[in-house]
Amino acid sequence: MYSEKVLDHFTNPRNVGEVENPDGVGEVGNPVCGDMMKITIKVDAKDLRITDVKFKTLGCGAAIATSSITTEMAAGKTLEEALAITRQAVAEGLDGLPPNKLHCSNLAADGLHKAILDYLSKRPEVKINVPEAVIKRSQESEEHDHDHNHGEE
Amino acid sequence: MNDGKMTEGIIYMDHAATAPAYPEVTAEITKWFSGWYGNASSTLYSVGRKSEEGVARARAQVAALLKTSDREIFFTSGGTESDNWAVHGAAIANRKKGNRIITSAVEHHAVLECVQYMGRQGFDVTVLPVDQYGMVDPAKVREALTDDTILVSIMHANNEVGTINPIVEIGAICAERGVLFHTDAVQTVGKIPIDLSAVHVDLLSGSSHKFGGPKGCGFLYARKGAKVDPYFHGGGQERGKRSGTMNVPGIVGTGLACEIAGSHMAQEAARLSAMRDELQKGILERIPDVKMNGHPEKRLAGHLNVCVEGVEGESMVMCLDMNRVCVSSGSACTTGSLEPSHVLLAMGIPVELSHGSLRFTLGSANTPEQIPYVLDRLTTIVGKLRAMSPTYRKR
Ligand SMILES: Cc1ncc(COP(=O)(O)O)c(C=O)c1O
Ligand code: FES
Repeated sequence: MYSEKVLDHFTNPRNVGEVENPDGVGEVGNPVCGDMMKITIKVDAKDLRITDVKFKTLGCGAAIATSSITTEMAAGKTLEEALAITRQAVAEGLDGLPPNKLHCSNLAADGLHKAILDYLSKRPEVKINVPEAVIKRSQESEEHDHDHNHGEE
Repeated sequence: MNDGKMTEGIIYMDHAATAPAYPEVTAEITKWFSGWYGNASSTLYSVGRKSEEGVARARAQVAALLKTSDREIFFTSGGTESDNWAVHGAAIANRKKGNRIITSAVEHHAVLECVQYMGRQGFDVTVLPVDQYGMVDPAKVREALTDDTILVSIMHANNEVGTINPIVEIGAICAERGVLFHTDAVQTVGKIPIDLSAVHVDLLSGSSHKFGGPKGCGFLYARKGAKVDPYFHGGGQERGKRSGTMNVPGIVGTGLACEIAGSHMAQEAARLSAMRDELQKGILERIPDVKMNGHPEKRLAGHLNVCVEGVEGESMVMCLDMNRVCVSSGSACTTGSLEPSHVLLAMGIPVELSHGSLRFTLGSANTPEQIPYVLDRLTTIVGKLRAMSPTYRKR
């Protein structure tokens, strides 16, 4: 059911752990839903580039694989570039996800964006373009932890 | 004929989902496709009579295993059909007597969904709670029985945790009140003794692929005189109770599987529980923060269900699969969906913990040497996944 890419990232997840003295932290998900993710980033203050990114994830195979590839995609990117990483891009990077697992890819992109917003909240002098959609999703996830819709309810 | 080689090197520990057919069963079944291919209802000629004989022998083999008469055994397409037939057929046939159906919170979806459906059709439904082990208290059945109750459906043993319900007591209570008692015995047929001459059960579901028979075949035991309408209407096979051309190969295989399972039931249960206990002991010793689910004693011999704190079930199943070990998380039938297990929730296990459930069900494909390997792999996997988990050790 999972692609080779998913299985690869699941078996050998990249960037597992937490960066020391992170500049930004993004926590999304909820153990009651069965998945939770924490992304920590280190940001170069001059050129606003992500110099280090790590994740910790509790979740299904897709949640772990999407976390892994998201950190891989974000590493070395500028904050603006990283904010442009969408869940579609994450799913595509894994050669697709089974339909009932597409929602899992939200978790990782949201976690990354939240870590960046956290960094920006501590550095009000930094002015970059934050996409509307990112702001909206982060507000939504504040409201109900994360929009993890487990379908069949 | 039987190709056990195809799964060579794989450690299969999901026998509650399905079990390999006995090689004797596979060999027997294959004779009944293009060899003796007759329609078991076409008894005017020899080819049909041969099939009729095969079915008759199978019916006697099933009846012998359950200590009942062969006139009370009706072949079906499996556990799901038997459960649906029992619930639906009993409810409709007894509608004039009353309107209430009683079941338990931990039934297989084949019963639970069917009962809920009957509820939407206007029947009243009572869903009984279970204790921390997943067991139904007979006293709760007695309390719940109203004058308008027409059916009680309580499973014999639970497919997820293996807990065995006190069906003797529950059956006696139902008999006292003249209420039909159905039990889903899909996990117990061929595994633990069932003596229908001694226990009061009106309807009992069995599924062949769980005990060495073929998939897509099963039976419903219906006590003589139990009022149950047919579920499949048509050509009137199975004495008008279950229409449809009989699945002769499947039925013949079902009968033979009953005979084989019955011939070594006690030895096999002892063999499985020894391995299961070894696995359980090893897990509890080597992996911290693991909760054992199900009844410590009144449990099927091959069942082991645990919740591993701080890890999600699917990720463990996938990691074990990469090590050529097949197990399931929660019920195999619901693994594709993302709901937490309704069985574990009904047992009072917190949702967070229930997501980390892992079910090992041992059976004919297992040997004692496999246990240390599985223990070793599992310990490593849980360690790796916990190191990756943001919740473990955080609470
Ligand atoms: C307790 C129980 N009832 C019913 C079923 C359904 O049986 P079948 O797969 O033959 O339809 C199963 C199998 O998953 C089961 O474990
Ligand atoms: S994150 Fe994968 S099932 Fe919810």
